Amino acid sequence: MIDEALVQKLATLARLGLTKTEVEKFTHQLDDILGFFEKLAEVDTAGVEPIAQITGLADITRPDTVEESSIAHELLECSPLGISKNHIRAQKTL
Amino acid sequence: MNSITSLLNELRSGKTSATEVTKNYLAKIKDSSLNAYITVTEQAALAKAAEFDAAKDFSKPLAGIPIAVKDIVCTKGVKTTAASKMLADFVPPYSATVWEKLENAGAILLGKTNCDEFAMGSSTENSAFGTTKNPHDESRVPGGSSGGSAAAVAGEECVFAIGTDTGGSIRQPANFCGCTGLKVTYGRVSRYGVMAYASSFDTIGPLTNSVADAAAVLEVIAGEDKRDATTPDIAVPAYSKHLEDPIQGKKIGLPKEFFNAVGFDPRIKAACEDAAKLLEKRGAKIVEVSLPLTDYAIPTYYLLVKAEASTNMARYDGIRFGHSETGKDLTESYMASRQAFGDEVKRAIMMGTFTLSSGYVDAYYKKAAAVRAKMKQDYDRAFEQVDALLAPVSPTLPFKFGDKVDDPLQMYLADIFTVTANTVGIPSLAVPTGKIDNLPTGVQIMGKQFDEAGILNLGWHLEQEAGFGN
Repeated sequence: MIDEALVQKLATLARLGLTKTEVEKFTHQLDDILGFFEKLAEVDTAGVEPIAQITGLADITRPDTVEESSIAHELLECSPLGISKNHIRAQKTL
Repeated sequence: MNSITSLLNELRSGKTSATEVTKNYLAKIKDSSLNAYITVTEQAALAKAAEFDAAKDFSKPLAGIPIAVKDIVCTKGVKTTAASKMLADFVPPYSATVWEKLENAGAILLGKTNCDEFAMGSSTENSAFGTTKNPHDESRVPGGSSGGSAAAVAGEECVFAIGTDTGGSIRQPANFCGCTGLKVTYGRVSRYGVMAYASSFDTIGPLTNSVADAAAVLEVIAGEDKRDATTPDIAVPAYSKHLEDPIQGKKIGLPKEFFNAVGFDPRIKAACEDAAKLLEKRGAKIVEVSLPLTDYAIPTYYLLVKAEASTNMARYDGIRFGHSETGKDLTESYMASRQAFGDEVKRAIMMGTFTLSSGYVDAYYKKAAAVRAKMKQDYDRAFEQVDALLAPVSPTLPFKFGDKVDDPLQMYLADIFTVTANTVGIPSLAVPTGKIDNLPTGVQIMGKQFDEAGILNLGWHLEQEAGFGN
């Protein structure tokens, strides 16, 4: 099911650079693993609502108040790229 | 081996000093061949110890207690790498809630422990900073992903350590290294400031020398946190006060699908059955229960966590933080920067990209999320019959380096007994019960959501009967 072209496509979609050796290796491994996932088709889930929140919490809100963050500059400083006028200077997108 | 209580008593009575205790641990770390730590914060630890000794105030619950913290927990001003080349030089400008609470309770940070990269793995072999050795046999893995934390506790290189558990990453290394490990209910401990693997599965908890220590640490780190909306406003009980409560009449279920699993070492199975008998001696009632979806635990779990992981890893773009490479345009820069991830992280990103992509999301991601809901119903039904479940932690004894690392599916399959606690959000306590071939073995006790008190109580009795703990 999984071939090298698909692995290459997934890697590109995920902006993940891979070497040719990696593509070959991951093709086999992902084929094994994704094939194994297909076992789930055996489970009857008709009428079962999928969940992602396991303790039953829903719509947790907080007051929409302004709070000061004193570490904005330090967070910017984490960037490996240059900072100018409180922005990270990245390559242009267009 | 130091327990929190005994060490606090010695510090409070002046029998020893924080500096002396800290120095002893630092010396042990320096002489160690385990590679449990990625970063050792020697100077800061000694400075903190000296402050305690000068003030002579050891009233806080963890005052002067030297500890280790897994290197995916942000510690302000201290390098936090996630055991990844991506964050090899990352120094966070803020602390995770869990470390903030420990620090406020008086704990002294000895350093940051090794783990699988971004907590993805079961052997600590996926670290960019070398493997950690099992203190009981240095040719074997310590388990993972919190392998450095487990090895540091078992190797007496800290009093206790903090780990994280997304699918067994506290319990399995605790089991492999012969220490106690507590995986809490999802949301019991704030995840704020802890690097995310799979956000609806991740939990944070202690690895300790005893059940009493686990209870003492949990009292400090549990509770609601406004910065993590998944921590509910549920009171934190005084876990330590209920450890010795009688367990007469408590019903404990043995999930038959676990005990009949393929590839389960019969010696470990026998050890689990013995542990059940020890609890029976203390008055608990042992019954068999059924968790019919156990066979689907691994595909459900791995499909969902890798999907969540692929989205969490998107933030490592070489722009805001971490490793950065410059290509001819932005896309090439992303691709080159993200090459710094190790194999398991790359696999996770691709698996998640696939199972979440349009055309596959219903058949894969949503299907698994529905099986997860069904699995939760299975566990709810089981907990109508019993107070807790007793189960193995790992189907095998600690394995040798290199045995599984090239076959990711085999590595995943070995997580069969631990992943469901995370899938259904319940707490589970791994307790050592003895040794097989000179290697540690033990069990896990799973409880209802937010019933950490109940499993710690059972764990304490088991530890007493098995002759462990301090």
